Amino acid sequence: MSTVEARAGAEIVTGGPGGPAGPGAARAAVPRDAGRRVRGNTWRLLGSEVGLTFRRPRNLVMLAVLALVPAVIGVVLRTVSAGGAEGDAGAIIGAVAGNGMLLAFVSLFVLVPLLLPVAVAVVAGDAIAGEASLGTLRYLLAAPAGRTRLLAVKYVNAVVFGLAATAVVAASALVTGFALFPIGPVTLLSGSTIPVAEGMLRVLIAVAYVGAGMAALSALALAVSTLTEAPIGAIAGTVVFVILTQVLSTIPQLAVIEPYLLTSYLPRFDGALRDPVATEEMTRGLLAFAAHIAVCGSFAWARFHSRDVTS
Amino acid sequence: MSTAKPGETPLLAGDRGTVGTAVPARSRGTGLDEVRGTSEGASPPSPPAQDCSIVTRGLTKRFRGGQVAVDDLHLAVPRGSVFGFLGPNGSGKTTTIRMLLGLVTPTSGGCEVLGEELPGGLGAALPRVGAVVEGPAFYPYLSGAANLRRFDAADPAADRRTAPDRIGAALDRVGLSAAAGKRYRAYSLGMRQRLAIAAALLRPRDLLILDEPTNGLDPQGTREVRALVREIAADGTTVFVSSHLLAEVEQMCTHIAVMRTGRLVAQGPLAELRGGAAPRIRIETPDAARAAAVLGRLGLAAVRAGEGEASAEPGEVPTERICAELVGDGVAVRGLAVQRPSLEDVFVRLTGEGFDVDG
Repeated sequence: MSTVEARAGAEIVTGGPGGPAGPGAARAAVPRDAGRRVRGNTWRLLGSEVGLTFRRPRNLVMLAVLALVPAVIGVVLRTVSAGGAEGDAGAIIGAVAGNGMLLAFVSLFVLVPLLLPVAVAVVAGDAIAGEASLGTLRYLLAAPAGRTRLLAVKYVNAVVFGLAATAVVAASALVTGFALFPIGPVTLLSGSTIPVAEGMLRVLIAVAYVGAGMAALSALALAVSTLTEAPIGAIAGTVVFVILTQVLSTIPQLAVIEPYLLTSYLPRFDGALRDPVATEEMTRGLLAFAAHIAVCGSFAWARFHSRDVTS
Repeated sequence: MSTAKPGETPLLAGDRGTVGTAVPARSRGTGLDEVRGTSEGASPPSPPAQDCSIVTRGLTKRFRGGQVAVDDLHLAVPRGSVFGFLGPNGSGKTTTIRMLLGLVTPTSGGCEVLGEELPGGLGAALPRVGAVVEGPAFYPYLSGAANLRRFDAADPAADRRTAPDRIGAALDRVGLSAAAGKRYRAYSLGMRQRLAIAAALLRPRDLLILDEPTNGLDPQGTREVRALVREIAADGTTVFVSSHLLAEVEQMCTHIAVMRTGRLVAQGPLAELRGGAAPRIRIETPDAARAAAVLGRLGLAAVRAGEGEASAEPGEVPTERICAELVGDGVAVRGLAVQRPSLEDVFVRLTGEGFDVDG
């Protein structure tokens, strides 16, 4: 950093000039390059954003709920497996009861359709609309945060939160699974068996895949967020989209639209449970996510860039 | 006609006289640079653009739905001035400020802030600008200091290492040091307003834009803000302050501009604007109606008869003649005074009677 900048900073501390130098010196003390960017400034803004997200009580409660669900599922399965069960449910219960690591996948199956997207929609949908409704958007832009820079930081923050939320689910499931059930080689959906270490790797692959899906959903929520000054509208809009697309994909006559729906690709993390890993299917999912990010991201940028901030 | 020689005298902070004379008067006749109707072309901007912190050229904003918030605005804010931006509520002051900060895109026309043409120069200009726009807005769940940290982080030109010192100094300057750790949610309106000013003072600024900075402050707080503005201006910072409180502007500004329904009706040094308005003669009398008749007979303009007094613009008619005429006619004159109009009179004349509600 330049010493000029440091001097300017120090001057305010001493309460400005005065003394013999007089006001003329004060003018000189505001350096010409006072508007020059400091290195790493965008990282600082991202740090502030992430710090705000992970200190906000509402978001912490959501993470806590997400962590609680696998624990509850684990306890229930443990109780039920003691009594014995039949049918499909019995198969799942048997699998988990046989190997605690599978609880991570069961938990993701339960949370990916709704609860995880809701948590992500709350953070990403709040991104621009929340600042607009507080009125802080005008001060951030006047700071000046820069519209593209602010939008990028908001998006990265939402992606980080989505990944963290997914990781919290997996971690809580693994801890619960290890505590309540035996651990050993994992039997995959294809019937073959893999060692524990590779099982952990498969969990990581699933988390990364779901995290990517949440990143795509974040892009959508962010785009909706640039349209409104009411954060609840952006959040609700995204959640309605998630529910509606899943309902539509259950209607056989509408099967033709299924490949275009973001939510069709979210449960494909089960590819990590096949032998070998269903890379082709998962890659198609990742491409769909990338396409969503590109389209929604461009829309959000175009909209936010031209928007009049009157809140 | 006095002309400023650019570069000859630095605009010394605190020396209001220097600043005042550096701006050549536009229309000597009335001393009032008045813009009426659409005859904008008659008055070129007073100071040369390079001596201005803010210059707008034909700035216009038409919102969707056709409402014209700002109409062909030509502002010139001299560097180093304390510039009062006056106008009734809804006259386009805040929209203008939002355009200066790049929050709202003008429909047509352009503006220049600190020599940077907008919107291209926003990134270079705004770090040197501190702003309070339309009241305070902060994160309610963060403390005052944490809020300032947040906005400091948003400024790409702010150095992280000096942030704690700068935040401490800014809070100290507005008298909020004791409440630095308290959540914003628990702040009173006055404290919130102070925090907004502190945020504008996070770094040394070349230009401070304050939109209604004393809203919600008690008389004590208002005085403190006035003192703060003077102190900041003494450091050489240009202060652009919008207000609808005339007394406030009269006490701290060197220059003013007056808006009415999106149009600029006057701008110039405060002294000229005030001096340019016609004086009035006021007669205290129980026979107001008769006095008014005499004033009318003498050919005075704008004759008004009120409860126990009559008034008019004497123009060229000598006061002693008016007095003699009144007494000669048997009007009981209890008092007689020639009054230079206050800023409020000037203002009301320019913006119409209904000051607080704009049609």
